[in-house]
Amino acid sequence: MSETAAPTRGLWRHAAGRLRGQRAARVALVLLAAVTLLALLAPAASPWGYDSLDWRHLAQPPGLTAAHWFGTDRLGRDLFVRTLHGVRLSLLISLLASALSVGIGVAWGAVAGFVGGRTEEAMMRFVDVLYSLPYLFFVIILSAVIGRGSIAVLLLAIGAVGWLTTARIVHGQTLQLKRRQFIEAARATGLTTAAILTRHVVPNLAGTVVVYAALTVPQMILFESFLSFLGLGVQEPHASLGNLINAGAQEMESAPWMLLVPAAFLVLLLTCLNLLGDGLRDALDPRDH
Amino acid sequence: MLSLALRRIAVAVPTLLVIITLSFALQRLAPGGPFDQEQTLPPAVRANLDRVYGLDRPLVVQFARYCGALAHGDFGPSLRQRDFTVAELIGQGLPLSATLGLAALLLAILVGIPAGIAAALARGGGTDHALTALATLGIALPTFVTGPALALLFGLHLHWLPVAGWERGAPRYLVLPVVTLALPVAAYLARLTRASLLEVLRANYVRSARARGLGARQVLWHHALRPALLPAVSYLGPAVAFVLTGSLVIETVFGLPGSGRYLVQGAIDRDYPLVMGMIIVYAALTLACNLAADLLYGWLDPGARHE
Repeated sequence: MSETAAPTRGLWRHAAGRLRGQRAARVALVLLAAVTLLALLAPAASPWGYDSLDWRHLAQPPGLTAAHWFGTDRLGRDLFVRTLHGVRLSLLISLLASALSVGIGVAWGAVAGFVGGRTEEAMMRFVDVLYSLPYLFFVIILSAVIGRGSIAVLLLAIGAVGWLTTARIVHGQTLQLKRRQFIEAARATGLTTAAILTRHVVPNLAGTVVVYAALTVPQMILFESFLSFLGLGVQEPHASLGNLINAGAQEMESAPWMLLVPAAFLVLLLTCLNLLGDGLRDALDPRDH
Repeated sequence: MLSLALRRIAVAVPTLLVIITLSFALQRLAPGGPFDQEQTLPPAVRANLDRVYGLDRPLVVQFARYCGALAHGDFGPSLRQRDFTVAELIGQGLPLSATLGLAALLLAILVGIPAGIAAALARGGGTDHALTALATLGIALPTFVTGPALALLFGLHLHWLPVAGWERGAPRYLVLPVVTLALPVAAYLARLTRASLLEVLRANYVRSARARGLGARQVLWHHALRPALLPAVSYLGPAVAFVLTGSLVIETVFGLPGSGRYLVQGAIDRDYPLVMGMIIVYAALTLACNLAADLLYGWLDPGARHE
């Protein structure tokens, strides 16, 4: 490995090439792009809004020739539009929450690893403490404390607890980086700790961080749906995959499509994101090549 | 072994104290109280309510009182479920939740680990591919999707099992919840066991055992299995945490009167004492199970006793 201060363009080009070489990741990427595009465009193109009621078609089963492709719920709301609305909300919340949690994780891990000593001990012990507990509990406490319904609050609650794994991994990587010669050289030229961290340590973590960021997104989608399923997240009349699945589970005896449509989208989304994350990990992990 | 146990306990006790302080602080700093409802209460009634529950005292006093009561196993009264103390509510729900969680863990271990061993031994074959695909699916699907899906299939369509509900602990009602909860844990255990057994089977000492003329069965049972199970054992701690959070969903999906539902309802109602009591009990349970898993690991791997 070369002793450069930042990953060369070669690393990323190689990684992109390797990613394209993986069929599963390629299919996942295409499907994901299609669903995202659909989620962005379809609700605007459809004559129905996510909360508009169609009194002539209550609890209508799905059908390609029907007025509503994926059917309607008991109030006559279009399930196609509601599901895609939910996908859009889930994607938005999970992307922002991932950015938040990866940001905290990188800062926490890099500072702890680089500063060392008692600060490192205290910071990583804190991570251990939180790690040993089911962290969804913290999300539940946070969303109970700050109140339900607000998407910003939901985002904060989810983002604030997802950073532990990233912090641990970044911490480990920073410990390895710290001993490298270019860091010593940077210190010798008189750079401050903050400058070394932002200019030399963090850019060298980019590969690892990208992989974990990619794997964090599906986890955030799961958190969001989990909370919305329990009634602690996105509230009616807004649709999220979680509260749609909950509503569907209550109606599954008479209207099974209400459960199956959002569940299928959630599974598709999670599978694609996980495959993409695994593909990225294989593409960026130099050990296998 | 004793020093390992003491070291772990020395970490677990402060953790629990941090949890108690953290959950107390978070909930008291929050806007919105349990008596904030659509209808505003007359100020005098409100003041009386606050005085009865000690909410008019300084936070430090409230915290000291709470810790004192905790030491006696008293979590205080529930603010929203009138006539019940938190300890009573937990006492009602916990046996069911514990049964559910333990049964799911046991099932996951009994299915997941043998499946992982079978996949590793049949490496590259049809069994391996089928098991690996099943495990991938089991890990990817969240319980709030598999639960309703299984209820739809086995309850509504095939009529083999009840869809939901609970009749004085009839085992039939527990089958679907336990299977749903066990599925992801079993899948993860299978994947871990498969990967680590494959690695162990490539190790030098396994090769020398084979070179000494030992049969495949003896190599597996006497040499390979014990080190291969270590990753699965270290996953047991996180598995307990997973089962605890999973039970919140399972109890909602299948309408079981366990303690997980009190936690969710308490969070929705902002019933502080109930949520805090539940979190502390769950945290203590998780820490105890982590301790047990660590000790089991130390027993299996002597090297881990003196890290």
